[in-house]
Amino acid sequence: MNYIIDINNLNTTLIGKLKAGDMLYLNGKVYTARDQVHLRLYKALKSKKKLPICLKNRVIYYTGPTPKKKDSVIGSCGPTTSSRMDFYTPILVNAGVKMFIGKGRRSKEVIQSLKRKKSIYVIAPAGCGAYLSTRILKSKAIAYKDLGAEAIFELEIKNFPVIVCIDSGGNYLYK
Amino acid sequence: MKIIKAASIRKKTEELFLEAGTIIRPDILKALKKVTKSEKNKLAKEMLQLIIENARIAKSKRLPLCQDTGLPIVFVEIGEEVFIEGSLKEAIINGALDAYKKYAFRQSVVIDPVLRKPPFKSGPALLHIETIKGKALKLTVMAKGFGSENKTKLKMMNPTASIADIENFIVSSVEDAGPDACPPYIIGVGIGGAAETANLLAKKALLLPVDSKNKIKHLALMEKRIFKKINDLKIGVMGLGGAATCLNVKILTSPTHIAGLPIAVNIGCHATRSASCKI
Repeated sequence: MNYIIDINNLNTTLIGKLKAGDMLYLNGKVYTARDQVHLRLYKALKSKKKLPICLKNRVIYYTGPTPKKKDSVIGSCGPTTSSRMDFYTPILVNAGVKMFIGKGRRSKEVIQSLKRKKSIYVIAPAGCGAYLSTRILKSKAIAYKDLGAEAIFELEIKNFPVIVCIDSGGNYLYK
Repeated sequence: MKIIKAASIRKKTEELFLEAGTIIRPDILKALKKVTKSEKNKLAKEMLQLIIENARIAKSKRLPLCQDTGLPIVFVEIGEEVFIEGSLKEAIINGALDAYKKYAFRQSVVIDPVLRKPPFKSGPALLHIETIKGKALKLTVMAKGFGSENKTKLKMMNPTASIADIENFIVSSVEDAGPDACPPYIIGVGIGGAAETANLLAKKALLLPVDSKNKIKHLALMEKRIFKKINDLKIGVMGLGGAATCLNVKILTSPTHIAGLPIAVNIGCHATRSASCKI
């Protein structure tokens, strides 16, 4: 199935409809986060410190864009390998993240935590950062700015194509 | 004796990184178009078409093909009759830095690999320098993404291993990588030498034209068999299945010790980025 999804209003009913293999076109706000941001969020959550962003019902995109040029919103911005974030993912799922965008396989622990919290993992066209940059309307670094490309960016995406890889029932496209 | 100014090497290095980072190699594009045309899996075909569209957008906007603009690596073959006016190493490192800055490539380098502290940099480029006969200087740049580099395998096999054992190791390395490293892949294999030789040969194999044929008959046969076995894994673009898991397999070899059989596999993503020129 193909769906157009408003990711600013994600809820369990909507997420529950989406099945592994479905093609989605996403509209709304996402936060970028990759290796070092995950380490920092993990440490903050473990020590019960305040996070720089609210994760409840939000979408996380594993990416680190290239710098924007003059008159552009963002540089190349495709997905990075998700498995490096596996260890940190269950705690982010528990903190309320509803959708993760990345590429490649996930661990059993990730699948179980997504199923438990009715959240999903989707894959974006891998190695297509130039193409995907045309689906990003706004971009702003909002936290951990010392990390450069690895900082948390808030992106506004439109018609952003992804495929459901792990659905909220724990069904896995790569099984 | 031929005199080459370091400044011209710096400029060439910059130009080559722009080309490698924003324009897909013509041999790879041709291979991608071929597999896209014949792909029967509908979703896989759509995603392959997107890869080709991505290449078109990157080229027309001078935008990096991928947000991971890689670790800059430069292979230098320098003629024994060439004299460089200035520092070769500095010229290349600065040329790479120029390109990454000027064309807004990502700064993906940490200076200390253990502490990994920001600010991140875009170099220094890694250099592999070797001498060749004559008066030419050949530069080959590679912007190697780490999604694929992380899947590198090295195995010190027993010298009594069979050809089938070697082939199985190569195929299983790709199976382990699964869909994570952006298939359809280019598979570089290095066999022989010592551990570092095999790794370097595997990387150099990625630079060979996709449609080139191995001149050594038994290696050409191995490449053909491995190519088929890898595509039979049906990983496909984004792990969606379909016919295209790899575009080619290239093997380079070197003499080795009677007690050993080093084998390295280096995976190149569908945008394996390299460019070269002769000065």
